[in-house]
Amino acid sequence: MTPAPALVFQSVHKTYVGAKGGFKALDGVSFDIAQGEFFGLLGPNGAGKTTLISILAGLSRASSGRVTVMGHDVVNDYAEARRSLGIVPQELVFDPFFSVRETLRIQSGYFGVKHNGRWIDELLFELGLSDKADANMRQLSGGMKRRVLVAQALVHKPPVIVLDEPTAGVDVELRQTLWRFISRLNHEGHTALLTTHYLEEAEALCGRIGMLKQGRLVALDKTAALLAGRASTMLRFKTDDRLPDLLAAQARVTGRIVQLKAHDAAEVEAHLTALRAAGVGIEDLSIGRADLEDVFLEIMQDSGGGAAATSERTGSVVSA
Amino acid sequence: MTARVRVPGGSLGGSLGNSLGRALSGTPTLFRKEVLRFWKVAFQTVAAPVLTAVMYLLIFGHVLEDHVEVFPGVRYTSFLIPGLVMMSVLQNAFANSSSSIIQSKVTGNLVFLLVSPLSHWAWYTAYVGASMVRGVAVGTGVMLVTVWFAPPALVQPLWIVVFALLGAALMGTLGLIAGLWADKFDQLAGFQNFIIMPMTFLSGVFYSVKSLPGMWQAVSHLNPFFYMIDGFRRGFFGVSDVSPWLSLAVVGGSFVIVAAIALRLLANGYKLRS
Repeated sequence: MTPAPALVFQSVHKTYVGAKGGFKALDGVSFDIAQGEFFGLLGPNGAGKTTLISILAGLSRASSGRVTVMGHDVVNDYAEARRSLGIVPQELVFDPFFSVRETLRIQSGYFGVKHNGRWIDELLFELGLSDKADANMRQLSGGMKRRVLVAQALVHKPPVIVLDEPTAGVDVELRQTLWRFISRLNHEGHTALLTTHYLEEAEALCGRIGMLKQGRLVALDKTAALLAGRASTMLRFKTDDRLPDLLAAQARVTGRIVQLKAHDAAEVEAHLTALRAAGVGIEDLSIGRADLEDVFLEIMQDSGGGAAATSERTGSVVSA
Repeated sequence: MTARVRVPGGSLGGSLGNSLGRALSGTPTLFRKEVLRFWKVAFQTVAAPVLTAVMYLLIFGHVLEDHVEVFPGVRYTSFLIPGLVMMSVLQNAFANSSSSIIQSKVTGNLVFLLVSPLSHWAWYTAYVGASMVRGVAVGTGVMLVTVWFAPPALVQPLWIVVFALLGAALMGTLGLIAGLWADKFDQLAGFQNFIIMPMTFLSGVFYSVKSLPGMWQAVSHLNPFFYMIDGFRRGFFGVSDVSPWLSLAVVGGSFVIVAAIALRLLANGYKLRS
């Protein structure tokens, strides 16, 4: 018997009503996440990722549609849904009255979980917080506070973990510590839902990816399939010269670094010919596979007209 | 698609049975956290209001002691003490829930409660319960300090307990409503300074309403705070401006109304969930 999905989003709409009319933050988003999956939810700022997570967590209410966590409706059966969920919020918030250990005990207590000192010790150890256990939250650096947020989300051992941009502005050490620990939990059976702007993290960690744009799901597929279904070759080089207009229109330029997508060897040769003809001096030329960032940008550009176009190009499951 | 199903912690809490117990299972934690919150800064939340009340007693008691006799045979200082004690109970019960909610909203840490499975009943019980503890703690502090100025009579002590607890619950609930309603600290300060303070000061803390002109006596009788102070004072002297049963009915009725409003707001996620 197939286990129930860990998370189900069914035709979720959310419209914020303001003085100047309504703003449609989510426009009929539907997808499931299976138990044990590591799922990445990507999208530019304002795409609706945090709104979707807020609805999942009960911080916000959908205008219509249904969301369940481990089979529990987030509205009608909110207590069980929230017991099954651990949320790492995007904002760096904390209660200044308490120490790290007190904070974790309190958060456990909210979920009715008692006598879990060993698990709290393990969380403190795994997240590098053992020597800060009795420090007041105000005394911690930003990175340490972020670690406590992660520990708070995990303290009641939820089967589903939601990480809303957990590595925004944190150092490399915390990223590595965090991903090692979350990956371990995922291997033990926890479901993870990650939103991030660091696409290399999503590519490395997530087995499946959904992409939101303007409140609509514009791509949903296995990470490998998304990478394979798009331009698989990238021409990369450095230059100080101005690119010819034709190439400039399709290039991704970061400082001196230029990336041009190419679907096959002929297209690579065509790019090089155009560069030679324009007298563009290039250094450090390399040809490599497209990464998730390339795919993401391509999908975001292509999906401007709607979800259907993306579906045809990628062969991925795309929202209605 | 992944098909692993071994989910650590997924069975936490077990079946759906015992739903009431589960709905309230986090309440003791939230209650303890709210008590700890004010206790960790007790110098500000308990000692300071006690000092304020003592200052009122010293100034008003010294000025009016030889000029005013509100109840026959009762010194003004003795009359004033129960009023100050109850005023401290009410103001601090209000301050506890209102400041806790607004601080958590403004700093954003209310999210930890919002993502928890705590029901609106649990929120209400914990916030109001902790407010009652702070109100009674400050009131007891005022009582213990002022006992040196005039030993309390305690003629009908049950009224003291009933009105202290009911008054603290009523004000803790009002504080909860104010905290939910306010978006900024100055809105809460406005609620406190323009509604709570005038109603407290015009409730007979420093005087008997019988000493007021007829119209102001009638106006005072529309103020629920008057009944809280008058009923509480009845416990000390066995004398009051109105029947303690009338006071109990008014205060109890007011409590039921504000509690129903607070629970409704919490259940609807008023200014908590968008």
